Amino acid sequence: MAEIWRPIRKILREPLGALGLFLVVLVIFGAVFADFLTSYDPTRINPRDRFQGPSAEHLMGTDQLGRDLFARVLHGGRIALFVALVSTAASLAIGIVLGLIAGYGPRWLDNLLILLFDAMKSFPTVMLALALVTIMGPSLTAVMVVVILVTVPGYARIIRTQTIALKNSEYVTAAQSMGASPARILRVHILPNVIGPLVILASMDIPVVIGIEAGMSFLGLGVRPPTPSWGSMLNDGFTSIRDTAWIAIAGGVPIILTTLGFTFLGETLRDVFDPRLKGR
Amino acid sequence: MLSYFFKRLGLAAVIVSVAMFILFCMIYLIPGDPAAVALGPRATPEMRDALREAMGLNQPIPVQFWNFYSSAWMGDLGTEVLSGRPVLTVVLEQLPFTLALIAGGITWSVALGIPLGCWAAVSRGSWADRIVGILSVAVIAVPSFVIAIYALLIFAVQLRWLPAIGAGEPGNLGDQLTHLVLPSLAVGLGWVGYIARMVRASMLEVLEASHIRTARAFGLPDRMITYRYALSIAILPTVTLLGVGIGQMLSSAVFAEIVFARPGVGKLVYDAILTRNFPVVSGTVLVTTVLFVLLNLLADLTIGALDPRVRSNF
Amino acid sequence: MTTLGIDGLNVTFSTEDGPLHALKNVTFDVPENRIVGIVGESGCGKSTLINAILGLLADNGHIDSGSILFQGQDDLTTLSPSKMRDLRGPRISTVFQDPMGALNPVISVGKQMMNIQYRSGLSKEQKAQRAIEMLELVRIPDARAALARYPHQFSGGMKQRIAIAMALMMEPALLIADEPTTALDATLEVTTIELLKDLQAQIGCSVMFISHHLGVIAELCDDVVVMYAGEVVERGTTRQIFNDPRHPYTARLLECDPARQSERTRNLPTIPGEIPDLRARPPGCIFANRCHRVRDACSAPPPDTDIGDGHFARCIVAETPEPAQVTA
Repeated sequence: MAEIWRPIRKILREPLGALGLFLVVLVIFGAVFADFLTSYDPTRINPRDRFQGPSAEHLMGTDQLGRDLFARVLHGGRIALFVALVSTAASLAIGIVLGLIAGYGPRWLDNLLILLFDAMKSFPTVMLALALVTIMGPSLTAVMVVVILVTVPGYARIIRTQTIALKNSEYVTAAQSMGASPARILRVHILPNVIGPLVILASMDIPVVIGIEAGMSFLGLGVRPPTPSWGSMLNDGFTSIRDTAWIAIAGGVPIILTTLGFTFLGETLRDVFDPRLKGR
Repeated sequence: MLSYFFKRLGLAAVIVSVAMFILFCMIYLIPGDPAAVALGPRATPEMRDALREAMGLNQPIPVQFWNFYSSAWMGDLGTEVLSGRPVLTVVLEQLPFTLALIAGGITWSVALGIPLGCWAAVSRGSWADRIVGILSVAVIAVPSFVIAIYALLIFAVQLRWLPAIGAGEPGNLGDQLTHLVLPSLAVGLGWVGYIARMVRASMLEVLEASHIRTARAFGLPDRMITYRYALSIAILPTVTLLGVGIGQMLSSAVFAEIVFARPGVGKLVYDAILTRNFPVVSGTVLVTTVLFVLLNLLADLTIGALDPRVRSNF
Repeated sequence: MTTLGIDGLNVTFSTEDGPLHALKNVTFDVPENRIVGIVGESGCGKSTLINAILGLLADNGHIDSGSILFQGQDDLTTLSPSKMRDLRGPRISTVFQDPMGALNPVISVGKQMMNIQYRSGLSKEQKAQRAIEMLELVRIPDARAALARYPHQFSGGMKQRIAIAMALMMEPALLIADEPTTALDATLEVTTIELLKDLQAQIGCSVMFISHHLGVIAELCDDVVVMYAGEVVERGTTRQIFNDPRHPYTARLLECDPARQSERTRNLPTIPGEIPDLRARPPGCIFANRCHRVRDACSAPPPDTDIGDGHFARCIVAETPEPAQVTA
């Protein structure tokens, strides 16, 4: 138990870290217990109650179709966190594999992969997303594919650099001379050394991922209606911005709080556990 | 200098080629028929076959790629589905609006970011430093389209200080500039944070350098040391940073153009998706990618022009 | 008249682990028109001493007591920052150790030399002319063209000569040279030393020359100050220090100088032990834990023993000279 508490106490000692942790816990809590926190169905249309401001009945008001905004915010958090978690995990897995291959494999493969990573990075994110969605059609899967394409090159590059540095270190050479297979060297000697900083960097990318999901849903290229997403709520708010500001506020504030929460938490994690990464 | 330039140009060409290959793979190899996508759900199979033939989709894939690749280098990005105009012309018509938006974003980020970063570094550890630090992180974290919408909501809809839609009257520079203020703020605000952090960090590093100690030992005034001796070195990395940042600003520009209903490549590609104007989408992606790679190259060359140490290494 | 009179100077740094007593009771003079060498290992407080004189101590550094009298009038420990800034450059100038980093890399040499003269009230042409004169004096070829060039376009030796030209341009009363030749190779070192000696005679300033290279000190300096762990353990004329060292540390330091080894040996002699932690100074003699002549009385603070003719050593056995040969 003490093992878990020590890092948390370290984070709480930093005011920004504490704020970040609070916001993240708040968002997760809201998403997990959405069904207990509100009795409204986030997709239920109720034209008689449209464009209402906040009240005791509708905590954040209602949108242009009379749906309860508070319920939509909570359920939208589920989508955002789901995308963030699943696609970041997938990116990490793919990035680690590609990075290890580039760093440990033959030279030509390394050069080829680096070229691919650079080319991927040369697409502006939104352009890539737009091109993909044109082909795949708007869906949650498309969002996750975009996230993976955007974040994998960065992770793979870091893993590659670290792997090359470790490949030439003495203990890896020693393991090689004792006949350890490449797979074993990667798993036992290299992976444990590179995974820590990578996880911190990935946690700092979560706001970016949440931004991509919300952004694509805002453009109508992500989550399909009527599924609630913060991005599509923001679009609803944008469309009716001259009628009411409440929808835009309900859609935007959760995005702001979540991205800020994860960023403050990620920055604190980095400063506390891996100051070497500070320059990034 | 020249050999360095050509080496960088060659590398840029290779990267663009690979990007084109990836784009090609995405378009043609991912399940889904481009002809069907282009024609929409109501097209008959005969119409699809005719279009497939016209688009050269019945040829072997390597041939298709070569056609795509070679004609793209010649500037032929296909024709627009509706009007039949060349895609390149259509994109280049819209490009100046987007470039103006990005230039505006860079102006905001440099004009606010460099002084803030410098101030934070000089007053290191003070409350001003902390506030600048927190604000920098905050504006980096919040997605640009949220900033765009809130800027629209606050300054255009509620306060009515600035216009909400369009790019302004053609030929009326003042009007165009007032229309540029909010969208370019949305594009550049995040970069205010990046640049402030970067300038602060490099400023702190430079202030520790021994030539700054020399300058102090010669009794030069603090202002001269801070701005002419330290800042002139500390801002060099921002040029590289901006080069990389242009890709992100292009992304932000897409949102800003949609939110503020401005013309530009972002609006162009978004409308093209809604109307299934497929060649415009791939053409715009390609043009913006080339633009991004070229601007990166430009940033590297600018560093050379600004930094005498790099200049003589060319 | 003495150019610089340092008397009972104490400097501490506040660190996370408590106060660090970096300079303790430092007393010595830099007389007019003389070159005073400061010798000591790294960490002996040379840099702190320079920074204290220049008023450039780090924020956590503090002068507790003592005075630094410049030309008999201004006490540099109490001078206002702006008055201090007016002295730096025109009256007290400095040449630093690292010629590679001492000049600003993105400002041309000429511009830097003209910036230094910002208080002179000269016209732009006059400032440039003065810069060219100085560059010619330190034998930079094609001085006029050199003004437009950047530091990285010069070799290390030339950069150090430019730094010397900059330091002497305003004809200061005191030049502080902080290991100016350490980063240079041997031949360059000799020419730079000679140049410095020439210029000193020409301009007639006092020089405080910091080095750990005993040969250079013996060659160049009139007086020598030996520092150890933030204290002046011995001071006197060059002849007194080199021929008749009275502090055991000075004696061991001279023995350890590779240039003085008469025979080939496999192992260069070293002084065993380490400099004590300056956060917890011993109450007695600072060198006692490494001293070969240590005795019980060394646990009390040693006095500055006056050996005569301006020769002082902070040691209780200083009145008797070092035994001829120490068996290690």
